Amino acid sequence: MNVIDARGLRKSFGKTIALDGVDLHVDEGRILGLIGPNGAGKSTALNAILGLTPYQGELRVLGRDPWDERDQLMRDVCFISDVAVLPRWMRVSQALDYVAGVHPRFDRAKAESFLAKTTIQHTSKIRQLSKGMVVQLHLALVMSIDARLLVLDEPTLGLDILFRKQFYDSLLNDYFDRSRTIVVTTHQVEELQHILTDLMFMDRGRIVLNCTMEEFESRYVELTVNPDRAPAARALKPMYERQVFGRSLLIFDLKPDLATSQNIDRQQLASLGEARTPSIADLFVAVVGNQYAAQGAAQ
Amino acid sequence: MNTEPNAMNESAIQPQATAPSVSVWRVMYWSIRRELWENRSIYIAPLTAAAVFLIGFAIHLIMVRTRAAASHIDLHLNTSHFDPSHMDPSQPQGLLSHYELSASLIMGTAFIVGIFYSLEALYGERRDRSILFWKSLPVSDLTTVLSKLAIPIVILPLVGFVVTVATHFIMLAMSSVMLLGSGANIAALWTEVPFFHVSLVLFYHLLTVHGLYYAPIYGWLLLVSVWAPRAPFISALLPPFAICAVEKTAFNSTYFLTLLEERLMGPGGSMSQHDQAQDFAAALIPHHFFSNPGLWIGLVVAAAFLAIAVRLRRDRGPI
Repeated sequence: MNVIDARGLRKSFGKTIALDGVDLHVDEGRILGLIGPNGAGKSTALNAILGLTPYQGELRVLGRDPWDERDQLMRDVCFISDVAVLPRWMRVSQALDYVAGVHPRFDRAKAESFLAKTTIQHTSKIRQLSKGMVVQLHLALVMSIDARLLVLDEPTLGLDILFRKQFYDSLLNDYFDRSRTIVVTTHQVEELQHILTDLMFMDRGRIVLNCTMEEFESRYVELTVNPDRAPAARALKPMYERQVFGRSLLIFDLKPDLATSQNIDRQQLASLGEARTPSIADLFVAVVGNQYAAQGAAQ
Repeated sequence: MNTEPNAMNESAIQPQATAPSVSVWRVMYWSIRRELWENRSIYIAPLTAAAVFLIGFAIHLIMVRTRAAASHIDLHLNTSHFDPSHMDPSQPQGLLSHYELSASLIMGTAFIVGIFYSLEALYGERRDRSILFWKSLPVSDLTTVLSKLAIPIVILPLVGFVVTVATHFIMLAMSSVMLLGSGANIAALWTEVPFFHVSLVLFYHLLTVHGLYYAPIYGWLLLVSVWAPRAPFISALLPPFAICAVEKTAFNSTYFLTLLEERLMGPGGSMSQHDQAQDFAAALIPHHFFSNPGLWIGLVVAAAFLAIAVRLRRDRGPI
């Protein structure tokens, strides 16, 4: 079942093309990480999914048209866009009252129990809370809503490492189950690597990589070799190479290349040096960096 | 993840027909409560105006009493100024009784609060980015805009009415205390002052003029507040100013300016222009007001402004 279905999604701001024909299909029960440089179109894609911006192309979220039915869609979709969007004048108790008043799927008792684990006072105004506490409050509100899709746009920006860890831990332990779907964008990819089920790279309004984490782990290999073995490793056509402490770090795509009918396997690589699964960040640099290099060569 | 392109139509999840919902009225109720949490000046400003007036009134009463004691004038005569029907037009204080003055002060305060509230209502949420939080909840743009319109045209007039009636009641009580022991007839004071009548006229005035006749003004301000990229106050004033200027230059006429003046003055001028209390009701009988084409044109214009505001809020984000 597809929670999000997008085909040929386009959006431009004047001459800037934010989304250039994006196809996106997200199933129920997945945790998708949307990774890309600033201005890659991630937020625009999420805004289109959330009904915050008009778009061209086909898009259904939980079977609805987000632009025309945002208010109905928000019964089943929650989002945290950016960190500081809770109204600063509001009291914590008022935020609970208000969400309980307008949201049919909000479980106030659940929110109270999440808040009881924090140091947040009901009588505090949001402006008096620290950045970390505001995020805890927002997360407590969102996790108490029985939604089917949760969209997180840079949810932990500017938080210290303890809060970030706690954020994803409670999301996984207290919220996520196989009937829910989470889409998250972040620049702090390392912290996400172990929780994602799907990975998508965006660059300049296009999707440049789209795979499950199982594919990611079986398909990409990072090989560290000593200088004497480097020419042999390079002969296998790595997609990316950089030097680390005098050794070469190469990333290989094990997917058979149809053009050259070349087929490298893991054993072959392991015999040259240390082979392991690359980090998302390294693969991102490999995929997106290559594109810039190719573009530079073409010019 | 499903990457089959043709799976879209078959496997797309249908909207849940059985989704629990919250009634429109409940969402409206909480939206209005939210406005009152954020904008406490909605009730604090009229209450402050009333308190300031009552202090002035208390000083006035003490001075009257002191003067009366000094000149041995029968205080009973002085009670006449509480009753507008006994007003002497030649006396400056008679033109605007204390009761009307307090009502005007409180209503004027409420009107000013309404203007600033409307300009800020849909602009502030974009400036502080909280619009992203409001839009993450199942509240439609229509409900949001209507709840914000309800503040100046329903809530503020009601607050103004309650505060004014309470103020009048306190004024009567203060006058009674002052007259105690002076031999004046306190019972006569309470029967002479047309308390119920004045309240009724006031309520009618608030409902019709502040609620309905001013609707296009508030509609315009809300439209500007949802549209303005910055400085909503200037953005609200410039277009009418430009129209007046162009009209004056091109046609040497002031039709638009007159239109604006008439709108601000209310139908047939404001209450205070009526000398005689008895005329209040006559001047404001419903069929005069509701047969005024200006009212209906105004309401149509207000509806148009609001429809545009609702449409514009759909793709408004933080600024």
